[in-house]
Amino acid sequence: MTDLTKLTIAQARAGLDKGEFSAKELTQAYIDNMEAKRNLNAYVCEVPEKALAQAEAAQTAISKGEAKDLTGIPLGIKDLFCTKGITTTACSNIIKNFVPPYESTVSQKLLDAGAVFLGKLNLDEFAMGSSTETSCFGPTINPWSKDVPLTPGGSSGGSAAAVAADMCMAATGTDTGGSIRQPASLCGVTGIKPTYGRCSRYGIIAFASSLDQAGPIAKTVEDCAIMLKNMAGYDAKDSTSENKEVPDFTKFLNGNVKGMKIGIPQEYRNDGLNEEVAKYWDKAAAMLKDMGAEIVDISLPHSKYALATYYIIMPAETSSNLARYDGLRYGIRVDGKTLDEMYINSRTKGFGTEVKRRIMMGTYVLSAGYYDAYFVKAQKVRRLIRNDFIEAFKKCDVILTPATTGAAFPIGDKTMHENPINMWLNDLFTVAVSLAGLPAMSLPIGLNSQGLPLGMQIIGQPFDEQRVFEASSALEKQVGFVRR
Amino acid sequence: MTAMILKGKDADWEIVCGLEIHCQIISKSKIYSGASTHYGSEVNENVSFVDAGMPGMLPTLNEQCVYQAVKTGLALNCHINQYSAFARKNYFYADLPQGYQITQDKFPLVGEGKVEIELEDGSKKEIGIERIHIEQDAAKSIHDISPTKTFIDLNRCGVGLMELVTKPDFRSPEEAGAFLKKLRSIVRYLGTCDGNMDEGSMRCDASVSIRKVGETTLRPRAEMKNVNSVKFAMQAIEYEARRQLELYDNGEVMEQQTRKFDAVKGITEFLRKKEFADDYRYFPEPDLLPLVLSDEYIANIKKEMPELPDEKKHRFVEKLGLTPYDAEVICEDKETAAFFEEAAQGHDAKKTANWLMGDFFAMLNEKKLSLSESPISAKNLGSLVELVSKNVINGKTAKDVFVIMAETGKAPEVIVEEKGLKQVTDTSAIEKIVDEVLASSADNVAAYKAGKVNLMGWFVGQVMKASQGKANPAVVNQLLKQKLG
Repeated sequence: MTDLTKLTIAQARAGLDKGEFSAKELTQAYIDNMEAKRNLNAYVCEVPEKALAQAEAAQTAISKGEAKDLTGIPLGIKDLFCTKGITTTACSNIIKNFVPPYESTVSQKLLDAGAVFLGKLNLDEFAMGSSTETSCFGPTINPWSKDVPLTPGGSSGGSAAAVAADMCMAATGTDTGGSIRQPASLCGVTGIKPTYGRCSRYGIIAFASSLDQAGPIAKTVEDCAIMLKNMAGYDAKDSTSENKEVPDFTKFLNGNVKGMKIGIPQEYRNDGLNEEVAKYWDKAAAMLKDMGAEIVDISLPHSKYALATYYIIMPAETSSNLARYDGLRYGIRVDGKTLDEMYINSRTKGFGTEVKRRIMMGTYVLSAGYYDAYFVKAQKVRRLIRNDFIEAFKKCDVILTPATTGAAFPIGDKTMHENPINMWLNDLFTVAVSLAGLPAMSLPIGLNSQGLPLGMQIIGQPFDEQRVFEASSALEKQVGFVRR
Repeated sequence: MTAMILKGKDADWEIVCGLEIHCQIISKSKIYSGASTHYGSEVNENVSFVDAGMPGMLPTLNEQCVYQAVKTGLALNCHINQYSAFARKNYFYADLPQGYQITQDKFPLVGEGKVEIELEDGSKKEIGIERIHIEQDAAKSIHDISPTKTFIDLNRCGVGLMELVTKPDFRSPEEAGAFLKKLRSIVRYLGTCDGNMDEGSMRCDASVSIRKVGETTLRPRAEMKNVNSVKFAMQAIEYEARRQLELYDNGEVMEQQTRKFDAVKGITEFLRKKEFADDYRYFPEPDLLPLVLSDEYIANIKKEMPELPDEKKHRFVEKLGLTPYDAEVICEDKETAAFFEEAAQGHDAKKTANWLMGDFFAMLNEKKLSLSESPISAKNLGSLVELVSKNVINGKTAKDVFVIMAETGKAPEVIVEEKGLKQVTDTSAIEKIVDEVLASSADNVAAYKAGKVNLMGWFVGQVMKASQGKANPAVVNQLLKQKLG
């Protein structure tokens, strides 16, 4: 019998429906693999009994011929999605024992589509980080690591690592400044951050509300399409979710890019660009051109301000969103003589360094006297960045850029920890897209000289995930990346 | 002129006052969640996950609150902003689970407007409205259950509020009082807020400064929190103005500050200086989209506007012949006006108003009843007026019937029938009594004829007494005049 954990969702669907194996067998195979690979620290909470019960129910549905897209498909859920009755921690000490009495809309939709949940996946604390190292459960290890343990990227590092190591068939992720795309790239898997408003944010622990979006991390572009189709959709409980019909993304995977215009932003090709990354970028463009796409130069002049803009708007929203973790109603409480002292003690103990750093930055940029100079200006620049993309999309259908500035880096990397800005630079290619609210996919393009995966990013117009899937599926076919 | 002028040592000073009024919006559910707004539920019963600030929860705007605020804005002649937006006001407090209040900052729903107030001397004054924005109420902290603990009731958390800010147009406590009464009357007419200041569904903060008459700039002000009745607001403004005058007269410095009114002592007390004020770090609420209203939406609300107190008052004076004073009193409260209209339906409105404002209000007062608890229905009060108008009973009998109505709740016709109180208008029957009275008081007849004409009243009284009050006084008068020459 083949290793069931190597299958894609599409392959497993066929196998389950034909009765080649049962949903329980499939889930058990993943549970076994999760146990075998616990050293990777991808999961922060495993729920094998629940998973097997769900698999059993799935099998009943399959036997009755009532299988849906994800019936019996074992998934991992980023621990930022509230799951009813299952601990949801955001990987922060401050709510380490929080068990939500409600289910996030996205995870509910997956359950409704028949999915099996294996457990909750590691992330940077409150999704703040690019390496999962800020998680209160410790870092996840990138399955591509050889002699030195590497980070899987972040914040959805647990999700990317689990998919890469076949510890789940696919996973949910969230992306605020690159948290799906960067770890997907570093772990050699695919992930898509859809358009802002495509997926409901209801029940996802808020980080930076105007940027947060849920999306899938999966083994293939096709699996991402199946996942996203079952995650997206308008939700009255999230006012910022868009009331737009969700196309069947699996209909846009034929890899036909004939006549498609692929934009290459010139500003992204600066002197500091990693040579191997630059080489793969050229290669990807050449592949698409060979398949009949037209390569056009575009300009995104304000993208150079994206990181600075992001590091004003994101912390501002963070400082407010995390105010509710005050020790009063749930999570840890450290008593004090006064109410203020209790707040200070609880938050000092509950939050990690990176989270505190961002809360302080956000509080600063919103405070009287600095608000106009920082926050208001950042909002204006954000609009300029978005306008750049609108202009660019007059000349092209999708935009091709590298997903990251480089491959996976070692856990505890000094340059990253001595100066947090080096860590933040991981988001260089992804934050502009987040600020503009655009859909973007990250997919593997090849290995660098050290044998570590690198990824490309394909950016689409708002609510045009379809062409992102088309271009990505074309590139995927051509690259023929061999997963680990 | 209704401005209050304060006599200082070497100058005359005037009051400059503006009000900020929080009105709880009448709506079934809260402004950003589906939890009930029902007042008087069990503690922490009406709480959704959103209200409790649970992780991952998102607010959604309750359209009813928007509707109510627009309606209120229109009634106050305000500009409705078709584009408005929500903002977060950030501060930590135990009664604010999210750590921020979702309110409106730079883009309020309702913009400038004006309201005319009428003062006791009959003069009128226009008061400017700066804005009305919508926001959520905080929870209630309960400090008196335990000496060491504070308890939180989240039922109020997230109830919709309209915050109305006036221009600093008030020049006397009386003006501020008149405005508060007017506003309360209008929101009650609209059904947008129940206006109960003592229950906290309408809460007022007053900003007071004084300046020398003739000065055009503003001096530092004191903001007084939660002055929770019209009377307290007026007291607080006057006390504060006089306190500031004393400072200036003593050559002291008046600093911008926040104070609170102590209703028991009738004084204002220092709370904090402005420089210690919180920095609320307002920024646009990313969880709610800007609110955009169509022309049609606003037009539809306009169509649904009820008759407002001023319009009603005008109609009562013009169409029903009430005096402006009577109309003012009756129209202040929507229920009273409705009661009056029902009572006056088809009867003499002026006389109905007299009954209402005289015996009827006195009866409610005496029995300590509200209008809705009145034993006398509007219809029965109208019938009573009608019985007098149609000469079925006379005025004096009517007063007796009224007392029985108040005790039994019976219809006046029934009482008149049961007690045989029908007025005698049969001239021959009355004439018989008149003759008897005149025959038995020859002395007075002689005196009258000799010029003591004020004895007429005595004769009338005797006849009425003999008829057990049932004789029609007009007929009695007429007959007596005939017979006495």
